[in-house]
Amino acid sequence: MSIDAPAKAIPQPRKITTKPRVSDQIFRAIVTAFSFSALVILSLIAIFLLMKGFNTLKQQGIGFITNFEWSVVVDDGGVETAHFGLQAMLIGTVVISFIALFIAVPLSVLTALFLTFYAPERVKRILVTVVDLMAAFPSILYGLWGFFVLMPMAEYWAKLIHKWLGWIYIFDLPDPIYTRSPFIAGIVLSVMIIPIITSVSREVFAQTPLDRVQAAYALGATKWGMIRAVVLPFGAGGVVGGSMLGLGRAFGETVAVFSVLNIVFRTNFQILFTQGGNVASMIIQKWGEAGPSEVSALMAAGLVLFILTLFVNFLANSVVTRTVKSGR
Amino acid sequence: MNTPVKENDGNGNLMSDQTNNARPSSLSDVSANRERNKVGGTAPLGTGLEARGVHAWFDKHHALSDVSLDFSAGTVTALIGPSGCGKSTFIRTLNRMHEFIPKTSMAGQVLLDGKDIYEPGIDVTKIRLQIGMVFQKPNPFPSMTIGENVLSGIKLAQLKVDNHDELLEECLTRAGLWNEVKDRLGAHAGGLSGGQQQRLCIARALAVKPKVLLMDEPCSALDPGSTLRIEETISQLSKSMTIVIVTHNMQQAARVSDYTAFFLSDGGPGQMIEVGPTTEIFSRPRDERTENYVTGRFG
Repeated sequence: MSIDAPAKAIPQPRKITTKPRVSDQIFRAIVTAFSFSALVILSLIAIFLLMKGFNTLKQQGIGFITNFEWSVVVDDGGVETAHFGLQAMLIGTVVISFIALFIAVPLSVLTALFLTFYAPERVKRILVTVVDLMAAFPSILYGLWGFFVLMPMAEYWAKLIHKWLGWIYIFDLPDPIYTRSPFIAGIVLSVMIIPIITSVSREVFAQTPLDRVQAAYALGATKWGMIRAVVLPFGAGGVVGGSMLGLGRAFGETVAVFSVLNIVFRTNFQILFTQGGNVASMIIQKWGEAGPSEVSALMAAGLVLFILTLFVNFLANSVVTRTVKSGR
Repeated sequence: MNTPVKENDGNGNLMSDQTNNARPSSLSDVSANRERNKVGGTAPLGTGLEARGVHAWFDKHHALSDVSLDFSAGTVTALIGPSGCGKSTFIRTLNRMHEFIPKTSMAGQVLLDGKDIYEPGIDVTKIRLQIGMVFQKPNPFPSMTIGENVLSGIKLAQLKVDNHDELLEECLTRAGLWNEVKDRLGAHAGGLSGGQQQRLCIARALAVKPKVLLMDEPCSALDPGSTLRIEETISQLSKSMTIVIVTHNMQQAARVSDYTAFFLSDGGPGQMIEVGPTTEIFSRPRDERTENYVTGRFG
């Protein structure tokens, strides 16, 4: 019977729609507007920096990033010759940030492991609050602490490092002046980024699936063995992500670095020497006495920093999402 | 065992064939290997495991009351009973996984070869090496390959092994997984099916050569086919080790176990109502409550 039956036409899929209530539509409009405002503000800042810095970027071209001379000379005829190059500052920023990461990542990961797996409940509560407080601490205070308290000590450490590892280029230095070096600025920065790396790592570690933890224990693992076999592979993505968020903060940090770093427009990889660079601190330093063309250059520098920070944060996000997908 | 499993011979042959290839030697060597394969290369069976007056608490909740059970070496004991009767709690006290949950406590003794595993100053990791565990949900380490998973216990406990490949093959063969994974030992464990993952977990537990294997509802997350494979594996293993299995499936208890213990909670802490040879528990239990449960009148 079914053979002879006329073939039934297959219908087009129906379009399914709903009409939300007015109240829902209004709420939707509000949340949409607010969430997009962040994007708008960010774009406006970028546009502002680009407009203000456009002259410099046009004048200097790619040299703005690759040169390291920064000078404005006005001759007798009133003609201005300007050289703006960010290379030393950019490299300095990266160098200091990596010193900070080098110190902060191990410390933060160990702190996070302690807080998640070893600390008694009360100790944990107190420590978590303290670490979070570190993040809320004004950076000028870190700067003052760095200058008055840390620097004298770090100077001594730097001398020790130079004594034992001075044969390595980066630990060597042309003159024995150890104060206000990238090394010291890096230490100050590391203290500032420890909270963010710690709290991201701690959250990821705490999410380690219990069944895997139990599996490791049931195989006769010690706590450390369990952490190595289960927690660290699971949390690696979070640690990398947290570190990159820390890196983002380190790139942009201004005041604290400014107070403990001697900013010199010369590319320097010898981290113990009193000569370093940092884009944000440089802007602060030059701001007061800048003429119109230099202000434009500082705006352009701001734009470069902005893009750099944005890029690192974007990278951090994609690293986290990728490792989260593959590692679990 | 009550039901001889067909796969026995196949595995035995496979094993000795392999050793032949690896080490061409005299006939006596091969037969020596076969002899060793009979006990599967595990540690000596010992005198078994014994629970004496075990109580367990979660914070203030008394979950398990006064359970004494004797698991003689080389037997399979099934723990059955309705949900919440304390059988999972009990099995977790047997290798000190119970204390792993915060605010829990226990009383009584658990003796492995006559020595109390809760004795002060004892190294709990050594206990868990001798008393392995397989969990309800397959839990291989997803960041490791299949091979690494099997050997993970060796690495975690820093045990010395002469021949990793041999051990790998032995454990996977005993867990009934070797033929399915031998060509992809380097693949990640996450790609296996649920049943394969569970057998991988069994292989992983076997690699550290435990005397006792605890299985906490090992088949409850698996399809009937995989369940069958794991039951075959249990029958295989029971020749060389002591097995305790928690199961909700009474047919499974009847199929795989030599002894069955029935647990029940009457609103208070869980208790062991009755223990005996499996055939007796299922055919003529002494306690009325056991009879009601095994005949399916409740639970």
